[in-house]
Amino acid sequence: MVFVQAQAVPATPDGGIVAEKVRDGIDVRINGEHFRHTGDPKMPLLWYLRDVLRLTGTKYGSGSGVDLVLVDGKAMSAGKLAMDALAGRAVVTVEGLAAEDGSLHPMQQAFIDEDAIGCGYCTPGWLIAAVDLLSRKPRANDDDIDQLPDLCRCGCQTRVRRAIKRVVAGKAGQP
Amino acid sequence: MSADRIALPRRRFLQVLALGTGALLVGIRTAAAAGVVDPPLPPAMLGDDLHGLGAYIRIDADGNVLIGVRDPDTGTGVSTSLARIIAEELDVEWSRVSVVPLGLGVTADKGQPSWIYGHQVGGDGSSIPAAWKDLRQAGALARWLLLQAAARRLGIPANQLRSDTGLVIAPDGRRFDYGNLAKDAARIPLPDAPPPLKDPANYRLVGKPAGDIDAHAIVTGQTRYAIDHYDDDALVALLVHCPWPDGSLARIDTKATLAVKGVVKVVQLKPEPGQPPGSTVIAPAVAVLAENTWAAMQGRDQLQLEWQAGKHGDASSAELERQAVALLDSQAEPTTRVRDEGDVESAGKKAARRLDATYFQPWLAHAAAEPMNCLVRLDKDRASLVVPTQAPQKAWAVVQRLTGLAPDHIDIRVPRVGGGYGRRLDHDYVAEAVMLAQAANRPVRLLWSEGEEISHDFFRAGCVHRFEAIIDGKRQLHSWHQRMASAPALVGRNVPADQLWRSELQAGQLPAPLTPNFRSDWYSLESPMPRGPMRGMPHLSNAFAVEGFIDEIAHMMREDPLKTRLRLLGEPRQLPLGDGRTLDIGRLHNVLQQVADRIEWKNWLRTVNGLGIACWHVDGAYVAHAVEAAVEGEQLRILRAVCAVDVGRVINPLGLEGQVAGATLEALSTALNATITFRDGKVQQRGRADYPPARMAQLPREVETIIINDDRPPTGASFLAMPTAAPALANAVFRASAVRIRRLPLMPEFLRLL
Repeated sequence: MVFVQAQAVPATPDGGIVAEKVRDGIDVRINGEHFRHTGDPKMPLLWYLRDVLRLTGTKYGSGSGVDLVLVDGKAMSAGKLAMDALAGRAVVTVEGLAAEDGSLHPMQQAFIDEDAIGCGYCTPGWLIAAVDLLSRKPRANDDDIDQLPDLCRCGCQTRVRRAIKRVVAGKAGQP
Repeated sequence: MSADRIALPRRRFLQVLALGTGALLVGIRTAAAAGVVDPPLPPAMLGDDLHGLGAYIRIDADGNVLIGVRDPDTGTGVSTSLARIIAEELDVEWSRVSVVPLGLGVTADKGQPSWIYGHQVGGDGSSIPAAWKDLRQAGALARWLLLQAAARRLGIPANQLRSDTGLVIAPDGRRFDYGNLAKDAARIPLPDAPPPLKDPANYRLVGKPAGDIDAHAIVTGQTRYAIDHYDDDALVALLVHCPWPDGSLARIDTKATLAVKGVVKVVQLKPEPGQPPGSTVIAPAVAVLAENTWAAMQGRDQLQLEWQAGKHGDASSAELERQAVALLDSQAEPTTRVRDEGDVESAGKKAARRLDATYFQPWLAHAAAEPMNCLVRLDKDRASLVVPTQAPQKAWAVVQRLTGLAPDHIDIRVPRVGGGYGRRLDHDYVAEAVMLAQAANRPVRLLWSEGEEISHDFFRAGCVHRFEAIIDGKRQLHSWHQRMASAPALVGRNVPADQLWRSELQAGQLPAPLTPNFRSDWYSLESPMPRGPMRGMPHLSNAFAVEGFIDEIAHMMREDPLKTRLRLLGEPRQLPLGDGRTLDIGRLHNVLQQVADRIEWKNWLRTVNGLGIACWHVDGAYVAHAVEAAVEGEQLRILRAVCAVDVGRVINPLGLEGQVAGATLEALSTALNATITFRDGKVQQRGRADYPPARMAQLPREVETIIINDDRPPTGASFLAMPTAAPALANAVFRASAVRIRRLPLMPEFLRLL
């Protein structure tokens, strides 16, 4: 746990530099941007994302993987992650999967290609889990895909499977 | 602003409006409201213009088209399919179309609500059939106006012009973009009769595959569900419900809760006596209201609550099932004799063989993905809500009753919904939110706690089916006597006692018109557990029992179960079902044969894996499943699932395939694992951990979908592919293991009998 403590910064001789105290809080990088959380250190990341940053792509819901985010590249449940466990770590949510110019992550493109969407509520969680899977196993096969933790009440699993295999085959965005 | 209108069937009118921005707006109005000029309208449809009419289409000067979709999209794809029905008749390029959910369309007519968009229900299979009747007309009218506008500009008759994907083209090749004509088109007087609809032979969108219109927004996390809507003044309300629906709060200590930073208030809620289920609070509840969700959660966890049981504190699902069996064992008169043809009592004289069996099915919860939630803001003379609902008009009724506001002072927005499955046809959570906003005198964002949606639901009641079949000397099904016992979902919902069976079974369900002697009896049970509509009801439970029993008949006769079914269906013909509808044997036969061919049914006898098959009909649509399953030790693997559907005209084949595959997986998942039980009056399941949907490994890796092409008017498909999936699986399990599954959920029963 790395708290950034407030401390007195000695003034420098350079007149252009103004001494500034470091504020208390937890530094966390979210989708490439730095944020400092100065509230309850035990607040779950999920509510920091949703209520504070209004990044609502990460969902609240019952045990079905809808709250997955990437923490230093690994899929984790935002609802179970306290902010103080995230100091200095990098979080990527579904909003941060696409490149800055808006071009989609291959997994996002493959979900569109396969229309792997029912109501869409669990889709961000599937995307995060699938990106995590392929970062560990770029050649993931059916048995690997079977191990994904997500649930889908709309029954999109067959299309999600196709989308992941499309990325493995390097065919996202192709007809 | 100019307004004009044209008559549609059922006292509704299309209207046209010119917006100040030069846009053309085409909408629909009820006859009663036709004189009113400014009902509420989603701002997106209006652009900068603050006045408007009920709207479906807006064509902007730049040629972009905005289409409003009236039915909630719970994942059924109506945002795409309804918009494409309109865009087809409008004849516009799909890439230029944006879609916006309309939200509730209500205006006041002598103090009563008047629904300006007509049909507004999602997820019950009625959206596309309703849209086919009136939304095509909206598109056709807009196209007609654009042609007229071009005709005037060119000085030639409109019948010499044609439209071509967003253009009006003259015989000499001159062409105008729709956007260029929009302003003039909005000032053309409406025709006396509805303009003609397109010849289906010229369809460019209907019948062609299209991905979900919201796909890009969904995969980038930009789609805002109701739960993602905020109001900066709103308090977050988290609820804890009494474990007994008719229980009460014996003791409450809120000191620790109120000490949590950010917690503002604790409010108790109670169901209002005399209100139908789904119109008021589902069970006594305590709500923690706080400035943010995390504070509300901490406050909720600090609550000291002691609940006490009500008079039904001894209710038990196991006891209810025993009552059902005792009732079916007795010679008691049924609550309702749903159908009685021929003479089942004397049919026994011709009996060559007789077979009976009893099937048991559990209570089920909806377990929708997006938790119950509602954002409500009550101003002095207006209520504004964002609601994940399948039926905004019913949500309106709850808000109106609790606030007493004028019909058109209630604004209900319905963004894309995170699954419905019938749960959001009831609006207890809307009642809770409104009551809390009233108690707190602040806007409220209501959110159900994790797992509450499993333990507090309007459940699908369990049921017991008992069958007796008589086969005559010619191996024909001579008589079928079906008796079913269940606690009906319609109790307390203003339905006459002699109609309560309608939520439990259908009078015309198979094999009703196929045997000379047929009787269907229904026995009503009582239970204090809340019940309500659920996706696939009543077909899900009945198809499982009936199609399993037909398989048993085939086995008794030592016959291939496909052959038994085909013999039972007989020659292609139309059979009246007795409820005004007809059963088309040819179409049912076709879907059955299609899945059999695809799964290579000829191997039925030879393969070590089990092949199972089932067919059904739902409101004029036809479905069949074939499943291949393997049993290895205690492992059950579903190797293949094939489904064929005939829904009449297909609007979006890709969307339909998604509905078919999705419904198949949902039905299999539910059949494999799902059961709600209650004991001592309390539901025993507490969340997804003990009400587990199937994980990927348990489900087939592909659902092979066969879509029959047909040009009859479209029927709904949102649950069509549910009823036959589980019986086809159970029949495959029997073939693979000789274990006959007469009780769901399947996995524990399979392991018990193996």
